[in-house]
Amino acid sequence: MTLTKSAVLGVAVGAMLTTSFALNAQAADGHYIPLTTYRTGAFAGSGTPNANGMHDFFTMLNQRDGGIGGVKIIVEECETGYKAQKGVECYEATKGKGALVYNPYSTGITLQLIPKAPIDKIPVLSMGYGLSAAADGEKFPWIFNAPATYWSQASGVIKYIASRNKGDLKGKKIGFTYLDVGYGREPIPLFKALAKKMGFELMLLPVGVKEMQNQASHWLQVRKEKPDYMIIWGWGAMTPTAIKEAAKIRFNMENFIGVWWSGGQVDVRPAGKGAIGYHAMTFHGASTDIPVFKDIIKHVVDGPGKTLTKKAEDVKEIYYMRGVFNAFVVAEAIANAQKITGKKNITGADMRKGLETLNLTPARIKEAGFEGFIDSLKITCKDHAGANKMFVQRWDGKDWKKVSDWIEPMKDLVRPMLEEAAAKYVADKKDWVTQKCS
Amino acid sequence: MFYREVGDLKTTYRSDQQVLTITQERYAIFALLAFMYAVVPFIADDFWLNTVIIPALIFSLAALGLNILVGYAGLISLGTGGFMGVGAYACYKLTTIFPDVNIVFHILASGFFAAAVGVLFGLPSLRIKGFYLAVATLASQFFLEWAFGRIAWLYNYNDSGAIDAVNRSLGGFALTEPYGDTKFQYLVTLTIVVFLTLIAINILRGRFGRSWMAIRDMDIAAELIGIRLLPSKLLAFAISSYYCGVAGAMLVFLSLGSAEVESFDILNASFPVLFMVIIGGLGSIIGSFLGAGFIVVLPIIISTVPRFFEIDINSATVEHFRFMIVGALIIFFLIVEPAGLARLWQITREKLRLWPFPN
Amino acid sequence: MELLHQIFIGPFIEMAGAPDLLVQVVWEGFVSGILYALIALGFVLIFKASGIFNFAQGIMVVFGALSLVGLHELGVPAWLAVILCIGIMFVLAVTVERVVLRPLVNQPEIILFMATIGLNTFLIGFGETVFGGEPKTMITAELGLPTGVTDVQMLGGMVSFQHIDIAAAVIAALMVATLAIFFNKSKIGRALRAVADDHQAAMSVGITLQQIWVIVWFAAGIVALVTGIMWGARSDVSFALEIVALKALPVLILGGFTSIPGAIIGGLIIGISEKLAEFYWGPMVGGSIESWVPFFVALIFLWFRPQGLFGEKIIERI
Repeated sequence: MTLTKSAVLGVAVGAMLTTSFALNAQAADGHYIPLTTYRTGAFAGSGTPNANGMHDFFTMLNQRDGGIGGVKIIVEECETGYKAQKGVECYEATKGKGALVYNPYSTGITLQLIPKAPIDKIPVLSMGYGLSAAADGEKFPWIFNAPATYWSQASGVIKYIASRNKGDLKGKKIGFTYLDVGYGREPIPLFKALAKKMGFELMLLPVGVKEMQNQASHWLQVRKEKPDYMIIWGWGAMTPTAIKEAAKIRFNMENFIGVWWSGGQVDVRPAGKGAIGYHAMTFHGASTDIPVFKDIIKHVVDGPGKTLTKKAEDVKEIYYMRGVFNAFVVAEAIANAQKITGKKNITGADMRKGLETLNLTPARIKEAGFEGFIDSLKITCKDHAGANKMFVQRWDGKDWKKVSDWIEPMKDLVRPMLEEAAAKYVADKKDWVTQKCS
Repeated sequence: MFYREVGDLKTTYRSDQQVLTITQERYAIFALLAFMYAVVPFIADDFWLNTVIIPALIFSLAALGLNILVGYAGLISLGTGGFMGVGAYACYKLTTIFPDVNIVFHILASGFFAAAVGVLFGLPSLRIKGFYLAVATLASQFFLEWAFGRIAWLYNYNDSGAIDAVNRSLGGFALTEPYGDTKFQYLVTLTIVVFLTLIAINILRGRFGRSWMAIRDMDIAAELIGIRLLPSKLLAFAISSYYCGVAGAMLVFLSLGSAEVESFDILNASFPVLFMVIIGGLGSIIGSFLGAGFIVVLPIIISTVPRFFEIDINSATVEHFRFMIVGALIIFFLIVEPAGLARLWQITREKLRLWPFPN
Repeated sequence: MELLHQIFIGPFIEMAGAPDLLVQVVWEGFVSGILYALIALGFVLIFKASGIFNFAQGIMVVFGALSLVGLHELGVPAWLAVILCIGIMFVLAVTVERVVLRPLVNQPEIILFMATIGLNTFLIGFGETVFGGEPKTMITAELGLPTGVTDVQMLGGMVSFQHIDIAAAVIAALMVATLAIFFNKSKIGRALRAVADDHQAAMSVGITLQQIWVIVWFAAGIVALVTGIMWGARSDVSFALEIVALKALPVLILGGFTSIPGAIIGGLIIGISEKLAEFYWGPMVGGSIESWVPFFVALIFLWFRPQGLFGEKIIERI
C-alpha cells in the first residue's frame, strides 16, 4: 500500500462524507407528496403499477390543470422494497421537507407511522389497508383508511360467501391463507369473531415472506383439509404463486376469493387458464373507459408528461387504477384543505382537516371524470374510513367482471370491534393525541 | 510534526498500560468525545441524527459485538440479526412487564437474554468451525426469525405482530422513539455506546481477549498452552451476543420506534453487520466504527447525490444502482485493502508519526 | 402424554391414513430437493476447485433465468436466448476471475467469501437495472418444456405429477451424469481435480490456475442457468428467490462441501424432510417451520459427522 493509494482512498471517503453532510433537507416549493414505493423485490409486481398510477395522476393534474389551486404538485419517490424499516427511513428523510400526507402502500409501514403522525403533524392515508381500528377518528385523528377498512372487507367477504349459501354458513369450512406480516394478520380477529357468530370453521394458513414462492406444502394442507372456500390475503408474488398452486391441487376456483390486494391482473396472469373463475374483492370499477383515464393517456402516458408507464395498455392494470383513485383522494383533500383554510400552500395539519371533511359527492365524482368507477365517499371526524362499500369481481381469463352488487359491511359487528380495538390500542400509550367529535 | 511523542515517557506500569498510550491521542479522543457530546447535538439536524448518526452508533455496537466473535475469536457467525432481535424482543417484554424500571436498565439487561441464546446456539462451535459453523449459525438466525413471528407472547399478542416502542422516559424526559427528543436519544445512545466500547476494549486486551486470539490463530496450539476451548468459545458467543442484543434493543427503542421480524432478518441485519466488520477491519475496534459509519452512510449518499446534481432519476433505478455500487465497493475495498478501513487508519497513523521522514 | 402422542404418534397415523397424500408430499419434497441440490451443486463445483465459498450461486441462478426471460422479452427467439445466456454466463465467469478472484489470490477464505457476497449484491443490482425489478414469468412453453400434469390413481387416492417436475428430475440426473463423466474422464476434469487437491502441486505440473477457475465458474454458471429455468417454471423469476437459495446451505453441510453425490443426496434429504416436517408437524406450532427445519436437520448430522456425509475427513496438523 503506497502513500498515494491510501491518500486517494482517504480523500475519497472524506469527500463522500462531506458532500453528504452538505446535503440537507430542503423544503420543497409546491404541494410536496412523498411516495414510499416499491418497484423492486418480490412485491414489485403489485407495487409498480400502484406507484405508476399515483404518479401519473399527479403529473396529469400538473399538465392539465397546472397543479391544484394553482400550486404544482411535487412528487418524490422513495424506494422501500415493501420493507417497513426502509419505509421509516424514507419517512424520516422526507418529513422535514413539508410533506402533506404519506401514502405508505404497506400495512407494515403504516403501523410504524401511526405513532409518528400526530407528533410530526402529517396525516397518513392508508387507502384500503393499514390498521382497521384507525377508522375510529376520535382515537386516531391523523390516520385515514378510506374507503374501507380491512375488517369491513373481511365481513364483506364472509357476507358474500354467505349470500352464495343462502345466508347459512353453519358447518362450512373456510380456509384463510395470508401473508404472515402485519398486513395479512390484520383481519384475523374479525374472521375469528365471524366464525363464532356464524358457525363456520376457520382454517388459518399463514405464508411467510420467505415461503411466498414456495407454497407447495401450504396447498397440500388445503388438499388434506378440504375447505369449502378459500380466502387469500396475499400481496406481491404470494398471490400468483398461490393461484398456481391452487390450480395444481384442482381447487375449485369459483370458491377461491381474494381480497382487493389480491385481485389484479398481475396476480392471475401467471396461472393462465388455471385462474379462470377466481374471485376478488374490489372497491372500484375495472373499466378504463372513463374520462380521467383518457386524460392520463392523453397528457401523460402518450403525452408530454414524464412517466414510467411504458404503454397505454398498462393503465388497465387494476393496481394502476387503484393508484389513480388514491391520488384522486389526495388531490381532492388538498383542494378541500385549500378551500377550508383559504391558503394556497397548505401544511400537513391543514391536509388533515381537508381529509377529515372530504366529501366526494356523485356530482363531484362525475365532474372529475370518475363516474361509474367509484362510489361516493364521505369521511367524517368519527369515521375515517368513509364509504366502506365493496363488490366482488370474477376473472374470466381476460377481464375482471363484476359479479355482485355493492356489499355493505356488517357495520353493527365491525364498528363496535373497531372502537374496542382503538381503545385498546391507545390504552397503554401515555400522551396519545385523541380528539372529540361533536 | 503531527505527533510529538518526544518526552512522552512512561514512568509507571500503570501509565504504560493505558488504553491509549500516546498522550496526544488521548487528548484527541477526549476532544472527539467532547465534540460528539457538546457540538454535534447543535450542528446536526434531526434528519442527520435520525437517519445517519444514531443508526451508525447503534450498528457500531452490533459490529463491535460481531467483531469480537469473528475478528477476535475467529468464529464466523451469520446469526447477528437473530441475536439483535432477541435483545429487542427481550427489552420489549421487560419494559412491558416492569414498566416502572428505567428503560436504560432494560436495554442493558436485555443483552443478557441475547447472551444466553447466543451461548445455546454457540454450542455447535465446539465441534465445527469455518463455513460449517457459519451455516450452523444460520440455523439460529432462521429459527429466531420464525420464533419472533410465531410466538405471539413475544409481541404481547398485538394484532400487527410488531413490537412498538412504548413511551418511556429517563430523568423526566420522554426518551423512546417516537416520543422522545432526537437529541436526547442521541446523547443516551452515545453514552451507552461509549460505555460499552470502553468495557469491550478492556475485555479484549485482557485475559479473555488474548485467549480468543490464541484460539483464532490456532485452536489446537491454544489448547496445548492451557486455554480451555469450551468456556472460551462460549464466552465469546455470550459477550458478542450481549453487544448485539443491546444494539438490537437500542435500534427499536431509540431509533426505529417499532419493529417487525424483518428488521432483524438476515438481509437487513446479519449481512450488513458482517459487511461492517469486514470493511471496517477484522479484529479491530476502531474498524467496527468505521465500517458501521461507512455502510450506514453509503446508501444515503448514493440516493442523495443524483438529487444534489439535480439529475432526475427514479427511485427504483437509484435502488438498483445502490445495490450495484455497494456490491462493487465491497469487492473494491477487499481488493485494495483486505484488512479493512482500520488498516488504512493504522497505516496513516504510522506515517503521521514518522512524518516528515519516509518509511 | 397427550402432547407426546400428538408429536410422536399422531403424524404417523395420519401418514398411514392417507398414503396418497404421503406420496404427494414426498414427491413435492423430492422436487424441491432436486432444485436445492442443483444450487448446492454449483457451490460444490466452485468450492472443490478453488476453495471459495461462493455465496452468489443463488443469485447466479436468478441472474441466468432473468437474462433468459429478459432477452426473450426483447424479441430474441428462445433457442437463441439460451445460447446467448450461456454466453453471458461465460462472460460472467471470465469477469469474475479477472476482476474479483485474481486480485484476491492467497487472501484468507473469509475475504473471498465476503467478495462473493459483494458479487451477490452487485448482481442483484445489475440484473434489476438491465431487466427491471418486477417478477417475470418463465418462458416455459417457448423452451419446449412440458406443462401438463399426470394424475395417477394409487393407494386409494390420487397423486398428481407435474410434467415440469418430472422434466426437472430427468434434466438434473442428466446434468449430474455429464458432470461426473467430465470430471472423471476428460483432461480438464482431471486438471480440475488436481487443482482441488493441491494448488501448488497442480501449478508445478503446468496447470493454469486462472483457466481452471474460469472453467469452474462457467460450469457453475451453466448449472445455475438450468436451475433457474426449472425453478422459474415452478414459481416466477425474481430476486426474491435469493432467500430460497439459502436452503442450499444446509444441503451443503449435509453433503459436504466437496462432494457432488453429497450435494444430490443432501438435497433430497433436505427437500423431503422439510416437506414432511412442514406438512405433518408444522400445523402444531403454527406452520412455516420449513424455514428452519433443514438447518436443524443439517446441524444434527453435523454433530455426528462434522465433515458432512461425503466430505473429506479434516486432518489437522500443528
